[in-house]
Amino acid sequence: MRHQSKQALVMMSEPVKLIGCFGSPVVHRAELALRLKGVPYELITEDLNNKSEMLLKHNPVHQKVPVLLHGDRPAICESLVIVEYVDEAFDGPPLMPADPLARAAVRFWASFMDKECRESMWMALWTDGEEQAGAISAAKANLTLIEGQLPEGKRFFGGDTIGFLDIAVSWIAHWMEIFEEIAGVRLLTEEGHPTLYRWAREYTANQTVRLCLPDRDRLLAALAPSREIFVSIAKTMSTQKQYSVCWICNI
Amino acid sequence: MASEKSSSDLTLLDFWVSPFGQRVRIALAEKNLPYEYVEEDLLAGKSERLLQSNPVHKKIPVLLHGGKPVNESLIIVQYLDEAFPDTPSLLPSDPYARAQARFWADYVDKKVYDCGTRLWKLKGEPQAQARAEMLEILKTLETELGDKEFFGGEHGFGFVDAAFAPFTPWFMSYEKYGEFKVAEVAPKIAAWAERVGKRESVAKSLYSPDKVYDHIGVLKKKYGIE
Repeated sequence: MRHQSKQALVMMSEPVKLIGCFGSPVVHRAELALRLKGVPYELITEDLNNKSEMLLKHNPVHQKVPVLLHGDRPAICESLVIVEYVDEAFDGPPLMPADPLARAAVRFWASFMDKECRESMWMALWTDGEEQAGAISAAKANLTLIEGQLPEGKRFFGGDTIGFLDIAVSWIAHWMEIFEEIAGVRLLTEEGHPTLYRWAREYTANQTVRLCLPDRDRLLAALAPSREIFVSIAKTMSTQKQYSVCWICNI
Repeated sequence: MASEKSSSDLTLLDFWVSPFGQRVRIALAEKNLPYEYVEEDLLAGKSERLLQSNPVHKKIPVLLHGGKPVNESLIIVQYLDEAFPDTPSLLPSDPYARAQARFWADYVDKKVYDCGTRLWKLKGEPQAQARAEMLEILKTLETELGDKEFFGGEHGFGFVDAAFAPFTPWFMSYEKYGEFKVAEVAPKIAAWAERVGKRESVAKSLYSPDKVYDHIGVLKKKYGIE
């Protein structure tokens, strides 16, 4: 049995603050990691339309949430960096697998979620015509790839308990359905992705998850008015894609 | 559980001038790990082995360890730290320092290559915008480096140094296309570039700025860009 190291005790005794905002899927990642590790924290809610001096001071580079403040240390930013930090700095059930290959795999799929998967879903939701048809195909194929990472017969990507990859792809479990409703597009269905669909329900039913999951109806009400903004973001992404093709490694 | 794989089980699928592949070469050299280097001739097409090893992205670098693939350069570097714990590590051991290293390596990943590509690929307003962004990126990294010898600080040459070093031969191209001098915009970064360039693991992994510049010319020609 592990005993708490002196360092771990010191780290636990220093207050933790998380700067977040209502409804953010990446803030959820950070909150869930803290809760799963049993780390008490103070949540400071930002209004992203009116960013506070504190946020700008602590995250001058990206000016985004979440931001983790642990004791007096300068801030830790970027949600997945925060999740790995929380996993390493505090005792409690490990969020990352132990085996190096398995760790590399969950990092890979988390990165895939944040880049290709998220982009394809956004385009599938907010473009139209032929572009949308192609994007819907790509988004569903990406969901299939993610679904393939669920261990056989297990409830979560982490196995019997929620792990790093569950946390990383949590957008699919809760936010996706809300965006689908606003856009009038279905991407994740029980018929199309039965295992992933079941995982989504397991995830959102989990007691610890529910403590930091934004209320669905409140989230829908907050997001629905921004439909036009979502469409214009998709247009920008479409244009940028032409510019930023990886020329050396992807020709 | 002890790994039964030996270091002679390492193969790297790579492309000579890829800064992402070079990160892995630097890490392997820092760790003194022998490996088989396989050049993928990306201009000719992608090999079966590459497509099978990285079916999702079909990109290099791919590290094969006992035949099992690991993809994405920064993920590979972390993997090497974790799979070969008895070799010099690139990430520090303290969780806080590790978090900062991951943040800055991620910053380099998100910003440098993409902005640099737009700088030499585009013209007019989009190029001007890329130029402004590149100056911003260099200044931000300058602030982070500060007066440290390496980004790794107390740890020495580390994760962020390995992540950013492969872009140093690209500075000359960025300077030519962007019409600026790194030494003027970010003198500490310029000095750091010179320092890391002399480090053995880096020196043997990188190609000269002239070769990089010529390669950009080849790509532009291939894709019909003036």
